[in-house]
Amino acid sequence: MLAFTLRRLLAAIPTLFLVVLGAFLLVRAAPGGPFDEERVLPAELEANLLAAYHLDEPLPTQFLRYVGGVLTGDFGPSYGYRDYTVGQLIAQAFPLSLMIGGLAMLLALALGISAGAVAALRPNTALDRGVMALSMTGISIPVFVIAPLLVLAFGVSLDWLPVGWSGSGGISRLVLPVVALALPQVAHIARLTRAGLIEVLESDYIRTARAQGLPTSTLLLVHAARPALVPVLSYLGPAIAGILTGSVVIEQVFGIPGLGQFFVNGALNRDYTLVLGIVVFYATLIVLLNLAVDILYATLDPRIRLT
Amino acid sequence: MSAAGDIGRRLGSIPVVRRTLAVLLVATVVAVVGPALSPHTAIDADFDRILEPPSLSGGHWFGTDQLGRDLFVRTLEGLRTTLLVAVVSSAVSLVIGVAYGLVAGFAGGRLDAVMMRFVDALYALPFIFFVILLMVVFERSFLLIFIAIGAVNWLDMARIVRGQTLSLKQRDFVAAAKLVGVPTPRILLRHIAPNLLGVVLVYLTLTIPQVILVESFLSFLGLGVQAPATSLGTLVAGGVGPLESAPWVLLLPSAVLFVVLLCFNFLGDGLRDAVDVRLGRRDTP
Repeated sequence: MLAFTLRRLLAAIPTLFLVVLGAFLLVRAAPGGPFDEERVLPAELEANLLAAYHLDEPLPTQFLRYVGGVLTGDFGPSYGYRDYTVGQLIAQAFPLSLMIGGLAMLLALALGISAGAVAALRPNTALDRGVMALSMTGISIPVFVIAPLLVLAFGVSLDWLPVGWSGSGGISRLVLPVVALALPQVAHIARLTRAGLIEVLESDYIRTARAQGLPTSTLLLVHAARPALVPVLSYLGPAIAGILTGSVVIEQVFGIPGLGQFFVNGALNRDYTLVLGIVVFYATLIVLLNLAVDILYATLDPRIRLT
Repeated sequence: MSAAGDIGRRLGSIPVVRRTLAVLLVATVVAVVGPALSPHTAIDADFDRILEPPSLSGGHWFGTDQLGRDLFVRTLEGLRTTLLVAVVSSAVSLVIGVAYGLVAGFAGGRLDAVMMRFVDALYALPFIFFVILLMVVFERSFLLIFIAIGAVNWLDMARIVRGQTLSLKQRDFVAAAKLVGVPTPRILLRHIAPNLLGVVLVYLTLTIPQVILVESFLSFLGLGVQAPATSLGTLVAGGVGPLESAPWVLLLPSAVLFVVLLCFNFLGDGLRDAVDVRLGRRDTP
């Protein structure tokens, strides 16, 4: 198990290196420099500016400097928010995104696994077909459509919940963003749970356990849950990516000052260093979370460790 | 092309495939010819008739938006953009994925291992962020959108094609072709590629809704197609503002996007069940 963990950890390093290199080169390939303005700067002034941001060095040196900075948590200055470093912006915005994303993930797992299990226990009944139809609907509605629809239904028509971030405080303003972010993942997880559980419930050892007279609850929780949830676990990586991506839209719709909103604003304002910093930060986060999922996966299904 | 004809007949006999294909075909035709038949255009503003509710008699079937533009024509234009991006970007991902998978699968051994490790590494990445990075760095154009979205959605295709190629190259007819001295590129194109048709078709269908999601996501954020061109994502974003007073500006384009995605998802599921191939994981934004 330790060997497996170490191997995966080592494999993550070249991936991350490639990510940083790719993103860095892309940004450097951008036409125009960060200080190109209508007003032409005197040559000395421009040279000073470039030197201050180390843009006059050869590209490999710049890259090594950037990687060195990232390793110590320094993502360089933001071109757009002149008084802040990218690191400060990330540190300020990320906790909020993390809270909303984390809550959405927990909600998606709880709802998705229960809905899938309910459907799997009564396959081909009206209940099963209802759950599956709902989840197909959920998969086909993009998160940026779900969010305004929820606002329309629960914020405007029914007026149960606050729709914006500012103004009203408290926990209730979290409800709509978290639910909107979770729903597409609920749909995927429900489908995977149902498929996995149906397959397991048909296997011989479950039939044996049933024949021995074990109550259904023991059967499910002790014997069926572990193998049935393996496909759900393997979906966790894409689910994390989906929630990160969705958070960009959700923060835009609800006006939440999280990292996703900084990312979109940075993209629209061509704040190269901020966008680069957030891409590198998110990629690192995803690679590390995937690593955690892999290790969890190997714990749950020992066959994985051999590959 | 008897192989293609055979596949076509088999797929045509599945009800869900027939129905979804019919809906998509009608949607495509309406999106392509509809705007030309309408008295309105997608860009003409009419400030006397802003945010008019939908009515069949009033001339604006889907109502109008904040600038008094006819929402029906705009939705058709958006649908056309969305379908265009879907088809072209999927074709880009098809070419990359099939070529990559064929080479990896046929070469086998160390090259295969390295190529697949690379795919595994890419799987772990939040691709949409790279697409956004591309959009920021380069001048946004249709060409860039086609390529950027296509270039990040080929991983599933590469995996599937590689797996199929690995098993196909063990077969006797490939050995026979090698034996009589058929050159490798010709073996790949004439003997292996045609046998991949069914599987590739299935995964192409599964790629299309993902591509549509990415495109509309970008356009929703204002990072996709640029005005005056419009896409369903742009229209959904435009509907968020007048949500309270004029919900149809949000609801109608959203409904069209939903129906298109639902059809492609059902079509892909139906085809996959028919051809019965499996894939470990799938990234959806």
